[in-house]
Amino acid sequence: MNKKKWMRIAIPIISIIIALLIASIIIIWIGEGSFADRLRFLAEAYNELIKGAFGNKTAIMNTIIKMTPLILTGLAVGFGFRAGIFNIGAEGQMAMGALTATIFAVNAASLPTFIAIPLTMIVGMLAGAVWAGIAGFLKAKTGAHEVITTIMLNWIAYNITNWAVTGPFNAGGGIPKSPEIASSAKLPNLLTSQASFMSFGILIAITAAIVIYIILYRTSMGYEVKAVGFNPYAAEYGGINVSKNIILTMAISGALAGLAGTLEATGLYHRFYGTLSSGKGFDGISIALIGQNNPFGILAASLLIGALRTGSNQMQFAGVPKHIVMIIQSIIIFLVAAERIVMSIMGWNKKKGAK
Amino acid sequence: MPFHIPQEEEYKDYAVVMKGIVKQFPKVLANDHVDLYVKRGEIHAIVGENGAGKSTLMNQLYGLYNADSGKILINGKEIGIDNPKDAIAVGIGMVHQHFMLVGPLSVAENIVLGDEPTKRFNVFDLKRAKREVKKISEEYGLKVDVDSKIEDIPVGTQQRVEILKTLYRGADILILDEPTAVLTPQETEELFVVLRNLQNDGKTIIFITHKLNEVIAVSNNVTVMRGGKVTGQIPTKETSSRQLANMMVGREVLLRVEKEKKEAGEKVLEIQGLKVNDNRALPAVKGVSFDIRKGEILGIAGVAGNGQSELEDALTGLRKKEAGTVTFNGVDISTATPRDIREAGMSHIAADRFKYAMIKEFTVAYNIALGRHYMQPFADGGFLNHKKINSISKELIKKFDVRPPEIQLFAENLSGGNQQKMVVAREFDYNPLCMVISQPTRGLDIGAIEFIHSTILELRREDVAILLISMELEEILSLSDRIMVMYEGQIMGEVKPNEVTLEELGLMMAGSTLEQARSEVDE
Repeated sequence: MNKKKWMRIAIPIISIIIALLIASIIIIWIGEGSFADRLRFLAEAYNELIKGAFGNKTAIMNTIIKMTPLILTGLAVGFGFRAGIFNIGAEGQMAMGALTATIFAVNAASLPTFIAIPLTMIVGMLAGAVWAGIAGFLKAKTGAHEVITTIMLNWIAYNITNWAVTGPFNAGGGIPKSPEIASSAKLPNLLTSQASFMSFGILIAITAAIVIYIILYRTSMGYEVKAVGFNPYAAEYGGINVSKNIILTMAISGALAGLAGTLEATGLYHRFYGTLSSGKGFDGISIALIGQNNPFGILAASLLIGALRTGSNQMQFAGVPKHIVMIIQSIIIFLVAAERIVMSIMGWNKKKGAK
Repeated sequence: MPFHIPQEEEYKDYAVVMKGIVKQFPKVLANDHVDLYVKRGEIHAIVGENGAGKSTLMNQLYGLYNADSGKILINGKEIGIDNPKDAIAVGIGMVHQHFMLVGPLSVAENIVLGDEPTKRFNVFDLKRAKREVKKISEEYGLKVDVDSKIEDIPVGTQQRVEILKTLYRGADILILDEPTAVLTPQETEELFVVLRNLQNDGKTIIFITHKLNEVIAVSNNVTVMRGGKVTGQIPTKETSSRQLANMMVGREVLLRVEKEKKEAGEKVLEIQGLKVNDNRALPAVKGVSFDIRKGEILGIAGVAGNGQSELEDALTGLRKKEAGTVTFNGVDISTATPRDIREAGMSHIAADRFKYAMIKEFTVAYNIALGRHYMQPFADGGFLNHKKINSISKELIKKFDVRPPEIQLFAENLSGGNQQKMVVAREFDYNPLCMVISQPTRGLDIGAIEFIHSTILELRREDVAILLISMELEEILSLSDRIMVMYEGQIMGEVKPNEVTLEELGLMMAGSTLEQARSEVDE
């Protein structure tokens, strides 16, 4: 069923409100003393959450740093969804992208910055694209389901990257990490505050969202991707090469995830720690869901989740366990995924009128 | 004897009386003071074009909608039907156009679903379910295998299961919403036998359709609707297809389009020894050869499943050809992709509209662009030209009278007839050299059929070579210049429409050659 446009926006927003309400109840329940005390506790918790996410320059920087990879993995998964492909492998593609980009960047000392940076990104994106492309190729040519193949590829990527940073590509010192990348390949900082810094990776992520938006809504390629996603038979009938589009979609999806890993390596850690992605690839699935697979929705969802996670540390000082944020996030995802719940709460799924 | 409008004291002999039903939808008055009188034990047909308000009326009888005003009397008693439960309680059952069956479950399980016999502790009693289903199936002569899975049985049998479902719930009044839209002619015949049996058992049947020959064949009385109003109530014996058609459409309708004489031009499509496999990799088209010339319509008749759809798919590049050559406009297209073939000038109206010919989640405008979405004027340098897509769509929608004329509407929100018009509009706009047209009027009402038939003849006038595949013999006979009959993947023979009888065609469709058919008819 085609949802109305306003519903696509309204469902995530209402889900967020419901999630915050439920979290409030839990916080009130955790609190001590009279009801008024508990309410004060609740207000303080949310106040700290907001302060922790946006209260000062460092907080804002941290929020942006957290949201940057989420935008890209969210785009990766969301773009796949548009072609009817469930890319669960953003995690592995991100790791492969980061590893390959780091290997390149470590050896890029001789290149000038304006070449080293874009080239590193291209290398990272290519690695992600190839890694995802394997699953795309298998689906297009043999019908192997991408959920299975990308999960398996995740494990292969996990082991390859771990082996690399503990073995041939280890920096020494007994810690699983790669050598530091050449300074010419480090992303310049957009903002700094005391000891922390924030690279301009966020601008690249936002640009990626705009590019994906244009591809999806303005180009013949986006038309084909969506056609394949909605009805592969009709797409083929309309002269669209379904296999090609599946592989292409997978490759673009993987490139986005690879870019997420690359930006983490070149903009944040300046090296590769093997386990760097730490679930951000999987977060992409949640982000894509909350963002309803729309690039701008994904930007907003990344901001929300990034802010919740950053703010949760501060909230802990107020005595509220940071896991409350996990609860909020889970309820949002649950409600967005089971959108009928929201629709029936709002009374939107009444009998349709005319046929 | 004209249709008898019963007086109040006669209502007790009537299974259903609906009086002054009004149903207003946000933008349309779907039912405008509609009266319906259905005598107990009769087969009553309700006919009308798509959107005439037939289904709306029946949905109110079944409690899916509630009427704004008007009253409903069942067996003379006025009752309120708020939901299907109420309807079932007074013995009304409805078989919807789209079946509501669960594919992986068995026939018996589907029939009892929602009203399952149970053992102790509420455990489902499959044995008893099977026994009960068998019993009613034998009682009404509706043969089904209770153990088969729904997804493994043909559509005609699935419909039987739907009918059994209503009988299992004790229905005395059966509503069938366009039951033949999904059936082959043979299955339709079988359905009619079933309906007559049910009538003999005392059931009352309300039958929605827009196929007039069916009305004539099976009903006792007819109610005709147009634009939400009743435009005719008449005993079937007193009327004819033509009269019903005029009442339905509100003007004179050509049941059979007039085709002018025309000499065919040069060869456009040449097929030599074509072999194609079906989905199970078994031979479906077993070496056929034919050609089509400019300005000629070659009709392919045959019972469904004799290789026509495989032929259709192979010619348009959707299915691999195992052997043989296809030459189109002098170029070998035996291994060409659908895009190559479209670019070479062949367009295609697919038999399966929902699976192939449209993307229901796309807007009408995007559906119009399908297949040309990457080329001028629909796109420019890889970017969609939305302005052009919209202006061209608007023009086509107007020209082909797609209603409502809203190009930003999602295709799934159009009625079946209008979806088909949208597909036809797109495929005609290709300015093709050759067109493969399959089941172009399946599920359409006569107004739309007339329109599509005359458009096909318009193409013929413009020298397009046309391959017309259809299960409607009438359609094949009235449009084609030559007719080929396909049986088990082979061509049984070629005839001219004015040199063959329906009977001979029927025998050829059942596997006789033309000579055998002729001699058999002579005897």
